[in-house]
Amino acid sequence: MFTEVQRYADLAAQLAKDEQFDVIHAHDWMTYPAGVLVSAISGKPLVVHVHSTEFDRSGENVNQMIYDIERMGMHKADRIIAVSNFTRNIIINRYGISGEKVEVVHNGVDRSDAGNGNGNGSLARAGIKKGEKIVLFLGRITMQKGPEYFLGAAKKVLEVMDNVKFVMAGSGDMMHRAVEMAAELGIGSKVLFTGFLHGEEVQKIYKLADLFVMPSVSEPFGIVPLEALENDVPVIISKQSGVSEVLTHALKVDFWDVDEIANKIIAVLKYVPLGVTLRNYGNYEVRKLRWKDAAAKCLKVYEELLTPV
Amino acid sequence: MPSVCFYFQVHQPTRLRHYTVFDKSDHYFDDYKNASICRKVANKCYLPANRLLLELIKKYHGRFKIAYSITGVLLEQLHSFAPEVISTFDALAETGCVEFLAETYYHSLSFLYSRDEFLEQVNQHSETIRSLFGQRPRVFRNTELIYNNDLAALIESTGNFDAILSEGADHILGYRSPNFVYQPKGCSKLKLLLKNYSLSDDIAFRFSNRNWSQWPLTAEKFAKWIGDVNGNGNVVNLFMDYETFGEHQWEDTGIFDFMRHLPEYILKHPDNNFKTPSEVVQCYNSVGTVDVPHLISWADIERDLSAWLGNPMQSNAVHEIYRLEKKVKKTCNPKIISDWRKLQISDHFYYMCTKYFADGDVHKYFNPYDSPYDSYINFMNVLNNLQSRCSSGTTAARSYTPA
Repeated sequence: MFTEVQRYADLAAQLAKDEQFDVIHAHDWMTYPAGVLVSAISGKPLVVHVHSTEFDRSGENVNQMIYDIERMGMHKADRIIAVSNFTRNIIINRYGISGEKVEVVHNGVDRSDAGNGNGNGSLARAGIKKGEKIVLFLGRITMQKGPEYFLGAAKKVLEVMDNVKFVMAGSGDMMHRAVEMAAELGIGSKVLFTGFLHGEEVQKIYKLADLFVMPSVSEPFGIVPLEALENDVPVIISKQSGVSEVLTHALKVDFWDVDEIANKIIAVLKYVPLGVTLRNYGNYEVRKLRWKDAAAKCLKVYEELLTPV
Repeated sequence: MPSVCFYFQVHQPTRLRHYTVFDKSDHYFDDYKNASICRKVANKCYLPANRLLLELIKKYHGRFKIAYSITGVLLEQLHSFAPEVISTFDALAETGCVEFLAETYYHSLSFLYSRDEFLEQVNQHSETIRSLFGQRPRVFRNTELIYNNDLAALIESTGNFDAILSEGADHILGYRSPNFVYQPKGCSKLKLLLKNYSLSDDIAFRFSNRNWSQWPLTAEKFAKWIGDVNGNGNVVNLFMDYETFGEHQWEDTGIFDFMRHLPEYILKHPDNNFKTPSEVVQCYNSVGTVDVPHLISWADIERDLSAWLGNPMQSNAVHEIYRLEKKVKKTCNPKIISDWRKLQISDHFYYMCTKYFADGDVHKYFNPYDSPYDSYINFMNVLNNLQSRCSSGTTAARSYTPA
């Protein structure tokens, strides 16, 4: 992995020699060495964009080499763009960076295209029937996304309501563990694993879902809830996420508070006006979170860097 | 003239504790939070303001007069958490210069959903005021000054009231001024007093706003504005939340000093005086009819009901609570009935308001919830539990008699 990153850096430096540019913009640790190298050679300013950190991905068990690369990139950069205040705070507190160097540009969302290809297969195989309430988890099934909290809440919900199915749409290193956990909790028949969804299948699952839950442990931003709202699905999101800074019409919980997650899931499924209000206002709110606004903010960062002091 | 008519609204809700769908307890209210808020407001507002107004009444030997409307639910909380406040209201009552108004005991929207329940709550409130302060109220104001022609007609039909208050909203007055006594359309005896929102809000909202063109507002300046009404009106109705004094406007804004000097400057002019609402109505005739076919209130810019009923959650929650009326009353269980009534307090629905949610404003004052959604979820979970208590707790069917 690290040799690849180095090879990429060398290649970038080569290509950069023949290019005209004013600013270098590098995204996440794998491209930082490239950005730093090109900046050193060309003398042009470097902006690094932090979409996630080792602390998000690995909790406290950070990979020291990756951390070192992240830290080096942030220190060598002229400016840093973070996808949320949540991430900005991690940059300041865990990487020794001064606050004035870090800008926050929240991610956006645009009405996605219908998707390509025919993906009917995996949905039907997963056995989702009409008439049942569907609570959706959509994302990588990995520690960072809190799948165990989703399942813990599911168990509590099923103690009180029967006509619900919990769908985990995605794959990841914790997928097998999740399947086991559902069985251990005795809710195996109520939890469906669709695997990774392609194209149209994603739209289809949103159409079936009554509620979307993102119990992330540490989410730098989290675009998926915005997509859910674009598709008229109300959302419950972890307070430990960047997206909770920009969404007001969403239910928010601490990721570890399984009781409260269950409480809120049941409330949405039981009290129809709640879902209606969340959907309507949430969908409207999401229309204001456009990529072009994020792009404009990045442009402003470039301009500030290029203006002679 | 003009006569200055002060009326202060005194209310605190009984807030709910965090109540999930898994909770089974019949204990719904956050006693700790309600107690601490009650004591805080008592110390910052009720006690110092009552002390000041008592001092002014004594100083001006009966020429300074005021009116209060105190909700039943606040009186209950004061009994439990700050009884000394009630004795200061007592002292004020004894001066003979203070009038107490009537409203629904539970500060509810019951007029909109159940006339019977509404009248029971009004009676309960009037009785309480009579037994505490020796006055049976003759002037009525509905929760949040929600008003229309039907309300006036209903109030007149009870035979217990001489006047009713309303917001002097532009869209009902047109070119006319709130500084006169009017008659509600459809009423023959009942009189209507309209809030002068401009002058009232100068004190209640703009007082400490440094960006306001008239900041700082001194007693002298305000008295001059009152005096300017001379020849253009008989009365200036200054209706506001009592928490203006010490809570919405903190002591260091000078609000208490303003009030301390106001009577002096107003009474400097021999034509000016202070009157209670009843005195205003006895003194001045109605100059015309005011037609309010649709409901108005004193809330927000819209002066309508959107603060409590603007989104589906709110209209659903209010609808559900009143749907339970028959069932609740059939239990004849005083605790269930009292809990049901405390759930009618309009604040519960106010907390569910999604207007201006992102901005954070007056709606957020003492709002115990992080979001309107949390308040709806909480409320509905509690309501669910109340509903199940009604089903399980039915005794032999007796007919319900109001307290």
